[in-house]
Amino acid sequence: MSDPILSLSGVCTDIAQYHILQGVDLEVGRGGVTMLLGRNGVGKTTTLRTVIGHWQARAGSIRFDGQEITRMPTPDRARAGIGFVPEDMGIFSGLTVEENMTLAAASGPLDTARRDWLFSVFPPLRTFWRSAAGTLSGGQKQMLSIARAMAEERRLYLIDEPTKGLAPAIISTMVGALRELKSQGASILMVEQNFAVAKALGDQVAVMEDGCIIWTGAMADLAADAALQERLMGLSMEVEA
Amino acid sequence: MLTRLLSGDRPRSLVLTVILLAILGALAFAPFLFPGVRSLETAARICIFIVLVASYDLLLGYTGIVSFAHTMFFGLGAYGVALASDAMGRGWGALAVGTVAGALAAAVLAAVIGMFSLRVRAIFFAMITLAVASAVAVLVSQLSAITGGEDGLNYSIPRELTPAFRLGEVMGVRINGKLLNYYLVFTCCLVLFLVLLRVVNSPFGRVLQAIRENEFRAEAIGYRVVYYRIIATCLSASVAALAGSLFAIWLRYVGPDTTLSFTIMLDILLMVVIGGMGTIYGAVIGAAIFVLAQNYLQTLMGSAAEATAGLPLVPDLLNPDRWLLWLGVLFILSVYFFPTGIVGRLRTGR
Amino acid sequence: MSVAPDHSPTFARTSLAERLSRAAPYLLVPVLVVLGFLAIGAPSSWLTLTVSGLAMGMMIFVMASGLTLVFGLMDVINFGHGAFISVGAFVGISVLLALGSWTGAPSLALNVAAVMLAVVAAMIVTGALGWAFERVIVRPVYGAHLKQILVTVGGLIVIEQLIHVVWGPDEIFLTRPETLKGAFTFAGAAIEKYRLLAVVVGLVLFVAMRLVFTRTKIGLIVRAGVQNGEMVEALGYRLRLVFIGVFIAGSALAGLGGVMWGLYQEVITAGMGEEMMILVFIVVIIGGLGSIEGAFIGALLVGLLQNYIAFLEPKLALISNIGLMTAILMWRPQGMMPVVEAK
Repeated sequence: MSDPILSLSGVCTDIAQYHILQGVDLEVGRGGVTMLLGRNGVGKTTTLRTVIGHWQARAGSIRFDGQEITRMPTPDRARAGIGFVPEDMGIFSGLTVEENMTLAAASGPLDTARRDWLFSVFPPLRTFWRSAAGTLSGGQKQMLSIARAMAEERRLYLIDEPTKGLAPAIISTMVGALRELKSQGASILMVEQNFAVAKALGDQVAVMEDGCIIWTGAMADLAADAALQERLMGLSMEVEA
Repeated sequence: MLTRLLSGDRPRSLVLTVILLAILGALAFAPFLFPGVRSLETAARICIFIVLVASYDLLLGYTGIVSFAHTMFFGLGAYGVALASDAMGRGWGALAVGTVAGALAAAVLAAVIGMFSLRVRAIFFAMITLAVASAVAVLVSQLSAITGGEDGLNYSIPRELTPAFRLGEVMGVRINGKLLNYYLVFTCCLVLFLVLLRVVNSPFGRVLQAIRENEFRAEAIGYRVVYYRIIATCLSASVAALAGSLFAIWLRYVGPDTTLSFTIMLDILLMVVIGGMGTIYGAVIGAAIFVLAQNYLQTLMGSAAEATAGLPLVPDLLNPDRWLLWLGVLFILSVYFFPTGIVGRLRTGR
Repeated sequence: MSVAPDHSPTFARTSLAERLSRAAPYLLVPVLVVLGFLAIGAPSSWLTLTVSGLAMGMMIFVMASGLTLVFGLMDVINFGHGAFISVGAFVGISVLLALGSWTGAPSLALNVAAVMLAVVAAMIVTGALGWAFERVIVRPVYGAHLKQILVTVGGLIVIEQLIHVVWGPDEIFLTRPETLKGAFTFAGAAIEKYRLLAVVVGLVLFVAMRLVFTRTKIGLIVRAGVQNGEMVEALGYRLRLVFIGVFIAGSALAGLGGVMWGLYQEVITAGMGEEMMILVFIVVIIGGLGSIEGAFIGALLVGLLQNYIAFLEPKLALISNIGLMTAILMWRPQGMMPVVEAK
């Protein structure tokens, strides 16, 4: 891939005495969605957490937009333009929705035009603007978490399972929002278990197994090949959404 | 046989073995090796503190929880003997009742504190024990009608344990009740020490260490972490109370300063850290060094302060009353640089 | 783009019971005040005791606020916090003693100026000391509670002993500035002027803190950091710097508390911080670790209860706090308003 926004080469990450990532090589292209797929426990979340810096890579290198960030502290990576939506959403439940969004705009006050755009993408945020984030439903929290990442324009979005545990109606809101983000030319690295969602949004795919990337290619190729899905991910993940 | 007595936990270092044997020998024959009232006092103090510190190590070193109430449990044992002797009059029965009552009270109190704090998070324990211990210390000095308040209590113990009971002379050393009393203390302390060694090397002790290393894993394997911690706390508290009872029998006096003060708590902490956390043997070395230093080093500081009297500030820093200052510095440095203490250092052979 | 369905809130209105349970901690203070009134009977004694209980509570809150935040933000438990109380008291009182001609004059302006100078000096010194303490004592032991407790206790001893070296081994007696002496009578109750001042200062500080925490970005960062520090970093904020700032501010507040407490007791000792720490810990525990509001309510409860009980049954005064702590932990094992999830 020519000039990727993010590239990992030979990244190894340990959590306590366990070697979770064992030499991850991955490139995320500019514009478009790269899906990170694989069974539970193969290191997808750890990969995202290593990119944002919540875990430190023991070996290998991470380059973001041409800049070496392997040893950079997390806040600097965020300031360099990486937005992060963690698996547990990372909502500040004691703060209001407004306060969550104020914090998310790290470089200044939240732009009102951008806020209104987020309201149009995620209407519940407007309704509950002054409510404590902890009182939101699961889907609303997920919307807040993604909206927070979108509060400022980032050069790369890391999104960990945005549809986990959500009702189908809310999943379609989520997909709509992410498609909107994608249509603006954003670069996204996303972990997803729901294959239908992955298929709907993904352009490129990387499949992980035992702490390594075992297959990369176009989403269309993987989606069209049930046998390949079977081989890479055990059982076919095709479900009707 | 010897290995069994030590529960399979041998010192594992030649230097350590030699030091431990030397301390054991010195304590066993203290009345004959170092005649004199002051050195016998020192020897008995070392014996009792070895047990007190070893019981604290069960908590700090093996279970990984910090308690500031260890002197409170120590005091419960001491006051148990004192109050029983006061109420029942001089006699062996009073000693037995006081000792058992003190140990039981300590275990119950420890269980209650444990249930309130360990259930939530282990650091609550440190804060709550600090609060409870200080409240008990205040209570003891306020309830002067029962406890003698700040003055403490003097009481009589069986005549066989007092200097008035004379048996003759061996090797130029007078054999009297005080000597018997010393050997009572020595024997009980030796037994308690071996019991503690047994506890930490039992399956129970191994679980405690597993919890200390990784609480979540231990819980995941199926050990009830809270339950084990509370048991360890109770055990540690009752052994501390037993040490307190011995102290009361030895001194024939209890008072807040000698049994309950926060200063003693700090002494215990220092002894554990200097000797080596999580080793039990560390208690022997920590207590021996510390008690000796306390007795003899302060004199040295006094003369150093006099020698530097002309300089500004230096004599104030060397004043024997500032003994704690240097202990505090030593303590911080030990935690940073010798977290395994003297025993840990000797065992790793460096 | 498909417009998302505005799926309406799935939760029903919070039930009365739930709202009551959320408001319960706030109700405890008025309930305790009413109970105190019923138990004491005499309105004038009750008023006197209530004011002094509130004054005591405010001072404890000032000392406790920094500790609970430091814990919430970085999971650091600082047993050496009491040292800042003592140092603050000694520095502040030394300044007041040096300004004897100002404090002795029956002029409100001069008195206030002297107290202000003392407070500023105390806060600067304890703030700087806090900064050094964080660097030297606390930083090497992040993430290790056991070592934190041991090392900060060591730091407490060393600082306390250094106070003895600098100021001598004895306690120092002092008198309050001229215009803060004495009491006035209100509704038949004698109310010490200084206690009322302490209440006002405590309230102002609490309100100011609340404003900082709700209206400023730095306040939001602190509140968010207490809940989820990792996420705050992922949004681009350096939590470490914020933490050092909070540590310094908390130490300075402890110093302020020390000056206030010294003026209240009219005597200071090197061990006063250590003694206060016991109450501070009780307040932090019952309030819920990391919670400013919890610490505020907890401090008022401790102050009021101790004063009421001291009047009703003097010997039980110190035990009353243990009783209060036991009762609250039986009701809420995490404290009244825990912010930090139990680990």
